[in-house]
Amino acid sequence: MPIIEFENVTKTFSTPAGPVAAIDGIDLSIEKGEIFGIIGYSGAGKSTLVRLVNGLERISSGRVVVDGVDISTIPESALRPVRSRIGMIFQQFNLFRSRTVAGNVAYPLRVAGWPKDKRDARVAELLHFVGLLEKAHSYPDQLSGGQKQRVGIARALATNPNILLADESTSALDPETTQDVLALLQKVNKEFGITILVITHEMDVVRRIADRVAVLDSGKVVEQGTVFDVFSNPQTPTARKFISSVLHTEPDENDLERLRGRHEGRIVTAQVSDGSRLGAVLSDAGRHGVRFELVFGGIGSLQQKSFGSLTLELIGPDAGVDEVIAELRAITEVEEVAA
Amino acid sequence: MNQHWNWDFHGEVFLESIGQTLYMVAATLVIGGVLGLIIGVALYSTRAGSIFSNRVVFFILNFIVNLVRPIPFVILLVAVAPLTTLIVGKFIGTTAVIVPLSLAVAFGSSRIVEQNLVTIDPGVIEAARAVGAGPWRIIFTLLIPEALGPLILGYTFVFVAIIDMSAVAGAVGGGGLGNFALAYGHFKWNQEVVWISVATIVLLVQGVQFVGNTLARKALRR
Repeated sequence: MPIIEFENVTKTFSTPAGPVAAIDGIDLSIEKGEIFGIIGYSGAGKSTLVRLVNGLERISSGRVVVDGVDISTIPESALRPVRSRIGMIFQQFNLFRSRTVAGNVAYPLRVAGWPKDKRDARVAELLHFVGLLEKAHSYPDQLSGGQKQRVGIARALATNPNILLADESTSALDPETTQDVLALLQKVNKEFGITILVITHEMDVVRRIADRVAVLDSGKVVEQGTVFDVFSNPQTPTARKFISSVLHTEPDENDLERLRGRHEGRIVTAQVSDGSRLGAVLSDAGRHGVRFELVFGGIGSLQQKSFGSLTLELIGPDAGVDEVIAELRAITEVEEVAA
Repeated sequence: MNQHWNWDFHGEVFLESIGQTLYMVAATLVIGGVLGLIIGVALYSTRAGSIFSNRVVFFILNFIVNLVRPIPFVILLVAVAPLTTLIVGKFIGTTAVIVPLSLAVAFGSSRIVEQNLVTIDPGVIEAARAVGAGPWRIIFTLLIPEALGPLILGYTFVFVAIIDMSAVAGAVGGGGLGNFALAYGHFKWNQEVVWISVATIVLLVQGVQFVGNTLARKALRR
């Protein structure tokens, strides 16, 4: 049963140059308890899309159902109780500078009308969870970026939401802090079963924590599926660009030109995944009078599965090389990239 | 004619004048300041894209503020005399002058309030909306606390401006230090009285600015 459902959703902004569709007919369903990534370049409509979930932006047409509530039709005042069941964290953290760390975390509880004693207990519990109990009386200006985002997460979780929206939540952080925050989000997902919608332009974020992903381009979902399916077999140039941003394993035009200049043999690129036994074929290449050299590539992992490609130079008589390529093709996808 | 400061002659009127100035300034700061805060918040929150975004209300408010603000205070003083009479019962005297002073301050300080609220990061307002806070709650528990430091500095500026404007109040029998300096100093060729009055006003302004800076520093925690 999906917890967030988009049905043919559009969002149009009026600009001096005429109406612009930021979201252009999106169908999406996000299952309870999963971490769902939405990846796209800036201007793709990601930030608008995530704001349609809690009604910070209202849709122009279609339907958005969140946790059983059709939020496309209800007025702003009726949205407020729905919002207390949806936490949100931001790229720039958006903490209240006039309030202490504890005051920031307590704010949603005040809004929801919790009595003071329950509020204090909940704040302590949350700060303990994000590891910032000793900073309770500090002000946001006194914290590092990673600490600020932890406070943001504690604030977002205050009212026990079922959904957490993470809008570029690690884009302002350094790589190490990014890992800490992603680990914390994973913990939130595992321990509390909270569904997380992660909006990002960083492939690495999706690769590390998302179960499923949608690729957004010009307000449309161009690909979606499990992270492994989408990125092991990208169908669109956008998805391909994202995959090469973390795993640049296939030679591009420049790489090929360089390889051709240095290597005389035929050059092929073979895909590598779990169970593809390239080594077994290559160690027998000598039987066809063929030697090989590894010239490009890499193997990484996506969702605990091996993933990547290797580019080989095959040196020997043409017939023998053809045999080796045929044997490789029997076990994986192979493309001859330069003769 | 006495060309020097003479405590026996000037003292009582001088102290009374200080009292009148403090009374006018304090009452104006409270009445005009609160009105200014209300108008300023209304200007801010009705502008395009804000929490109560309303083009018509914003246009009207903006027009009125721009209409009243450029009127020289001495003209406003006379122009609102009927209103003053309606409220206070007369348009002459220390209490009466609080009406035009408050009006001038209300419209003047509304711009200062608006400017300070505009500098608040829209992201924090979005964060408050995202946890289900309504617009009124956002105004009182978020906007004003977030802008408190600059607001205190803004109101300190207004306070000093009121002391300045209150000097004109002498023209309609408002009394105060400005009037004292003119009536007992300038018009009687007594420079000592003028300078002592000016020095008192300077001390008052210094004191107010010091308190304002201290409070703002506390609010800004730096």
